[in-house]
Amino acid sequence: MENLLAIIIGAIFVNNFILTRFLGLCPFFGVSRKTSSALGMGFAVVFVMTLASMSTWLIYNLVLIPLKVEYLQIVTFILVIATLVQLVELFLKKTNEALYKALGIYLPLITTNCAVLGVAFLNVQENYGFIASTVFGASAGIGFTLALFLMSGIRERLDLAKVPKAFQGVPIAFIIASLMSLAFLAFSGMIR
Amino acid sequence: MSLKQLVKGLWKENPVFCLVLGLCPTLAVSNALENGLAMGVAATFVLICSSIIISLIAKKIPNEIRIPAYIVVIATFVTIASLFMAALLPELNKALGIYVPLIVVNCIILGRAEAFASRNNIKDSALDALGMGLGFTIALIIISSIREILGTGKIILFGLQTIRLPIEPAMMFILPSGALLVMGLLLSLFSALKQNKKPLKANCCIEEDK
Repeated sequence: MENLLAIIIGAIFVNNFILTRFLGLCPFFGVSRKTSSALGMGFAVVFVMTLASMSTWLIYNLVLIPLKVEYLQIVTFILVIATLVQLVELFLKKTNEALYKALGIYLPLITTNCAVLGVAFLNVQENYGFIASTVFGASAGIGFTLALFLMSGIRERLDLAKVPKAFQGVPIAFIIASLMSLAFLAFSGMIR
Repeated sequence: MSLKQLVKGLWKENPVFCLVLGLCPTLAVSNALENGLAMGVAATFVLICSSIIISLIAKKIPNEIRIPAYIVVIATFVTIASLFMAALLPELNKALGIYVPLIVVNCIILGRAEAFASRNNIKDSALDALGMGLGFTIALIIISSIREILGTGKIILFGLQTIRLPIEPAMMFILPSGALLVMGLLLSLFSALKQNKKPLKANCCIEEDK
């Protein structure tokens, strides 16, 4: 139980996916202009990351290891995730119209999101069990959403600020992210 | 003509500084010059090989499944690169960690496959890939040398200490926040140098929803 708690705190705060691991930077800079779209993207990522952790764990441990073809993990994982995103999209379209409308446009963007693939590789590298992998996937997604949400709040304010010409657009977003990352550094003492 | 394909990746369409692509590995592994260099070489290898293969097979792939097909080609070369690295340079492989397999989702590679290699002949595609790969490597070298020298006060390359600064190192620069700061400053420098009329926009695989 303590172990799971450590995984949750670690994935959300200490090793935040965006601010310390740099996974998923593209949506972080691309979809962080409005709070509403940041939240939509965040929920879609939590959803897909949890499912991706579960399915890649199952495939790695029940198929790749018994067949002794662990070296195929890169090809397998990316195909599994791409298929998974497609399936989720189809499933939502058929069953839950409201949720599909809310998350639909973000789902295709997630296929090439390195955060989702990163979660699968980290589960293998850290040797997590099934439960731990699922929890890690979900909390990594929550950490991603947290950083994206904070960033979008700041950027909405930034529209009103006077930014020097050379810094307009992406450069100032990097400086903000750097300061946010510095703030998140304070969490690093929470886990041994 | 062909020289133009090579050179444009270095400056005019530099994947990192001008197109703002491939950010995750650029920031994550640039804490030391050695790591940055290794990532640059590995990504260039994958970029060149997959561009050549994709330009060869692009016409035979049905349009609907071209992206999955490209991804499989890229993933194959990433597997080769990561196995090579694990066998020959185990220390470096450990330092780069999951960022070696993550080359597969590096937007530069899929972006060049889709935008260039699938529409041009082998020679141009290979030169374009080489130029883009070199541009990426140079960007990594710039960022990682700035971070290493400011963060540790010295640069260590292949086990040899090459430069030493007589200043107190600021640890912040080898931490994640230093990566974002250096990148932000470099991007603003590029934007000022090129005197862009319009401000820089991240165009990494995705566009802001309307």
